[in-house]
Amino acid sequence: MANPQTSSTSAAARIGLEIAAPNSTSVDREARFPREAIDALKAERLLSAYVPPELGGGGLGMIELSQLCEILAQHCSSTAMVFAMHQIQVACIARHGLGSPFFKRYLTDLVEKQYLIASVTSEAGVGGEMRTSVCAVEHQGDRFKLDKDATTISYGAHADDLLVTARRAPEAAPSDQSLVLLSKAEYSLEQNGAWDTLGMRGTCSPPFKLRSSGSSERILSVPFAEIASNTMVPFSHILWASCWLGIATAAVSKARSFVRMQARSKPGTTPPTAIRLAEVSGTLQMMRANVHDVAEECEKLMAQPDAGADVLSSMSFALKMNNLKVATSQVLVDIVQRCLLICGIMGYKNDSKVSIGQHLRDGLSAALMVGNDRIYATNASMLLVLKED
Amino acid sequence: MLDEIRAILKEHGRITVDPATLADDADLYLAGLTSHASVNVMLALEDKFEVEFPDRMLKRGIFGSIASIRAAIEELKG
Ligand SMILES: Cc1cc2nc3c(=O)[nH]c(=O)nc-3n(C[C@H](O)[C@H](O)[C@H](O)COP(=O)(O)OP(=O)(O)OC[C@H]3O[C@@H](n4cnc5c(N)ncnc54)[C@H](O)[C@@H]3O)c2cc1C
Repeated sequence: MANPQTSSTSAAARIGLEIAAPNSTSVDREARFPREAIDALKAERLLSAYVPPELGGGGLGMIELSQLCEILAQHCSSTAMVFAMHQIQVACIARHGLGSPFFKRYLTDLVEKQYLIASVTSEAGVGGEMRTSVCAVEHQGDRFKLDKDATTISYGAHADDLLVTARRAPEAAPSDQSLVLLSKAEYSLEQNGAWDTLGMRGTCSPPFKLRSSGSSERILSVPFAEIASNTMVPFSHILWASCWLGIATAAVSKARSFVRMQARSKPGTTPPTAIRLAEVSGTLQMMRANVHDVAEECEKLMAQPDAGADVLSSMSFALKMNNLKVATSQVLVDIVQRCLLICGIMGYKNDSKVSIGQHLRDGLSAALMVGNDRIYATNASMLLVLKED
Repeated sequence: MLDEIRAILKEHGRITVDPATLADDADLYLAGLTSHASVNVMLALEDKFEVEFPDRMLKRGIFGSIASIRAAIEELKG
């Protein structure tokens, strides 16, 4: 029997190399959706990689998803980030919705049709504070209405469905949120801004005004607070960090090929840049160890009988997840910058084989994808009561 | 003890209703307790009851209601 894990990673490697890589420059230049690569991922049924096998999905865990993101990001950062963000949404449904016949059926359909789900957490007025909403679900009998002023929806125009946070009801507190799955037939998005950014251009993430309605079964019954701590935050921070690890790996791989080229042109001498390569290779190893360590711990926790709920909802775990996000987002830029220095002018040129510019531009998004200071503020507050390391 | 917990929630919980009107088992998060405010509640509880919540207790469930906060403090007081 074929091993589903190795077949997924080899499929991702093939798609990365043969489809994502050749399109990545035009995706970046034109800030266009990486359609070819996402279609190829659909053809390999990788959009249902996390759906449990009982429902026909790939049944992969956190470690394999992390590997897929890392592999894809080495070839096209936007493809990897779109893939990562989609898997985060699937995980929220698969880990918190299976008690509902509606969400079970939805995931079965997702396996067949390879739906792409976008995320709508950010909102005008609350910025990146995911655990606060302004908009509210308005219940009307067994249906609801939901409008949201969303500041950033990656691939909003290309998604089949949206997973949206909102206050549970018009009278609910800002932190008392629900998570709602909207289907394309029942929502409209009015784009009210552009996505002409420094990097991550192919994620196509402009602001939109969202209007929707639907049947109440589309609202997950578990409070978003629980979904956030047990699933959305761990999946986001680990899969984002995996994409960033892939970007760092791509940059270091260019630096390595540059140093090898220098060495070959003067056999017998070690190029001075080799020292800097040795240095950055160690930093990359540390970044990789951090990502892999947290991914492994998470997968183990999630395999427990309580699906990890006890530990995942603890402050000490939240601190660790947040540390992963902040540390990897910072070290990514550090690594890429050092690769630029190693490659020198050849790295600075946009049209050279060892061009580093796009990695640097993409990497700079990591610290603002939920602002690091916002995360530090949360950690600072938790450290007032946490006692041990 | 319940009154003292309510007083602390009133001062530090930043919740949307008066804690005096909340049932012992009412969900504090539904009443608007945020994780940030819950830290201030924990600090005030530690000070008032002269306890230290060990890390294993620092999770949503423990601070989910007035009754669960009391149970945690009683466990620590022995
Ligand atoms: C590539 C990319 C893709 C994205 N895709 C999506 C998506 O698909 N869906 C979605 O919903 N969102 C998405 N986002 C948005 C993202 O998750 C954040 O919501 C957004 O980047 C935050 O916007 P902001 O910087 O304007 O807001 P803010 O969070 O308001 O931050 C502004 C500044 O204030 C600082 N700050 C805020 N609060 C505090 C605090 N308490 N203490 C200290 N400093 C603080 C921040 O650190 C930052 O410097 C995406 C972002 C990027 C970069």
